[in-house]
Amino acid sequence: MKRDAKNLTNAAALAVFWLAGLTTVVVLGAVIGYVLVNGVGEIGLEFIFTNPHGVNAEGGIWPTIVATLYVTGLAMLIVTPVAVLAAVYLAEYAVQGRLVRTIRFAADTLASVPSIVMGLFGLALFVESMGFGFSVISGALALSFLMLPIVMRTTEEAIRAVPKYIRWGSYGLGASKWQTVSRVVLPAAASRIITGIILSAGRAVGETAVVIFTMGTMINLPVLPTDPGRSMTVHLYQLAMEGINMPAAFGTALLLMAMVLAFNLSARWLLRRNRRMQG
Amino acid sequence: MTPAEETATPRELKLMSRSTYVKEAALKNLFLLCATMAVAGVVLIFLFVGWRGWPVFSEVGLARFLGGAEWLPTAGAFGILPLLVGSLVVTLGALALGAPLAIGAAVFLSEIAPPRVRSFVRPAVELLAGVPSVVYGFFGLLVIRPLVADVTGGLGFGPLTAWLILAIMIVPTIATLTEDALGSVPEGIREASYAMGATTWQTIWRVLLPAAKIGIIDAVILGMGRAIGETMAVLMVVGNAPVFFRGIGKPISTLTSQIVMDMPYASGVHRTALFGLAIILFLISMGLVALVRALSRFREETR
Repeated sequence: MKRDAKNLTNAAALAVFWLAGLTTVVVLGAVIGYVLVNGVGEIGLEFIFTNPHGVNAEGGIWPTIVATLYVTGLAMLIVTPVAVLAAVYLAEYAVQGRLVRTIRFAADTLASVPSIVMGLFGLALFVESMGFGFSVISGALALSFLMLPIVMRTTEEAIRAVPKYIRWGSYGLGASKWQTVSRVVLPAAASRIITGIILSAGRAVGETAVVIFTMGTMINLPVLPTDPGRSMTVHLYQLAMEGINMPAAFGTALLLMAMVLAFNLSARWLLRRNRRMQG
Repeated sequence: MTPAEETATPRELKLMSRSTYVKEAALKNLFLLCATMAVAGVVLIFLFVGWRGWPVFSEVGLARFLGGAEWLPTAGAFGILPLLVGSLVVTLGALALGAPLAIGAAVFLSEIAPPRVRSFVRPAVELLAGVPSVVYGFFGLLVIRPLVADVTGGLGFGPLTAWLILAIMIVPTIATLTEDALGSVPEGIREASYAMGATTWQTIWRVLLPAAKIGIIDAVILGMGRAIGETMAVLMVVGNAPVFFRGIGKPISTLTSQIVMDMPYASGVHRTALFGLAIILFLISMGLVALVRALSRFREETR
């Protein structure tokens, strides 16, 4: 009798956990499926490669795609050297103490700063005080602060995962610390570092509140880093809130999601390939 | 070994040429400089957002800014209480819906799911974290809002819609961190529990969840940080009326959404007030990070 109750409780609880897992998958399927079904008819060469025109932004979204990739690429260029070298310091050189604790606390804080705060910060510092105006470079600089802690953390983990004896081998051959780090440790950790950079780029592509206040909302094909532009996320926001051109909004949402998924899946693929190669 | 040799640096032992030594030292300092960029970022955010927001504290006054019950920029009233309450209502509601689901999903992934199901569900949870917030907002606006409107009447803009969409958004954050916490519970503890005849449910409820308690609290706090700082998705569904909470179907506004709504046209004191809101948000998120760190120190000490 008592055993029955125990098993019944167990079965009921397990059912609840299965439900929680399934709900999560169903919700994801619903979000992706809804955007896919409504947006897939919109996307074609014309939608991707032509300019929007007219009051309702008919036509394509080419300038917003360029602006998104431009600002993300530039932010990656800015953040990669700084974040990787910062991680090298934390993993290879730093001695545990107040300074390292402060750096880690700052990185954690930076990672959790609400994106709107980062947007206003970019507006105050890069757009206004430094005089870059609404531009790709302002957006890239603000985004790089957002990406910094992500790349720092993944790089540090990657460096720490490189076995100690490989370093000893290098030192044993008479290599200096920098030679060991640059020729042995970083190449060994490279694919995991690249994975981290790609993941942070995926985050930057999907960011809205930062770029709306640093890159502006003008539909423009940016050429120079000082040109303004409208990212795909901002374009989607404007179309959705004004409710004027829903087909284009669905198309933009689908392309945006496809881009972010492509970033995430390629990072995942790289990590798996790397794991297989190491056996 | 003589004392002189003990204190000798590699340079003094002539293991390195002078140029190598200088180069190594210079590189080390360069790396240190890069590492301090994170600190510089935090300081710069505080300085520049604070600098722009400062006039609101001096001109409107801290008490009337933090304690004012009316946000009417045209009338010169900049009380953030309605927005603060709005943020709190939206965040707590989202946590109440999202945290149990996320913890349930994490337990499912870590303890119950067969390997094949897990290899499918875990990537799905991680991808859910990657979907841009503006896409969630779009989904909320077009799918969830009409459903909510049927229940509450009106247009469906309001806390209930924001709760649902935010709950979806914080699930990946809380679930992955909870799964990490459960994964760090030693396997032997599970085996001991099963060996005494406990069912899976008893092991989870009486053994694993208590053992992973602090990790789960961390996860929920970080999920809370994500929810309170979320901007675009909330902005698109919450209705953006800077008034106190009046019901789950009535428009309200939050700290984040009000900034985006007002920024394009704000000027003068109104604009500085928006930077003041940003500083408040920054302090809240920093406080949550400090709380998580204090908890993890506590966990290390009690271990």
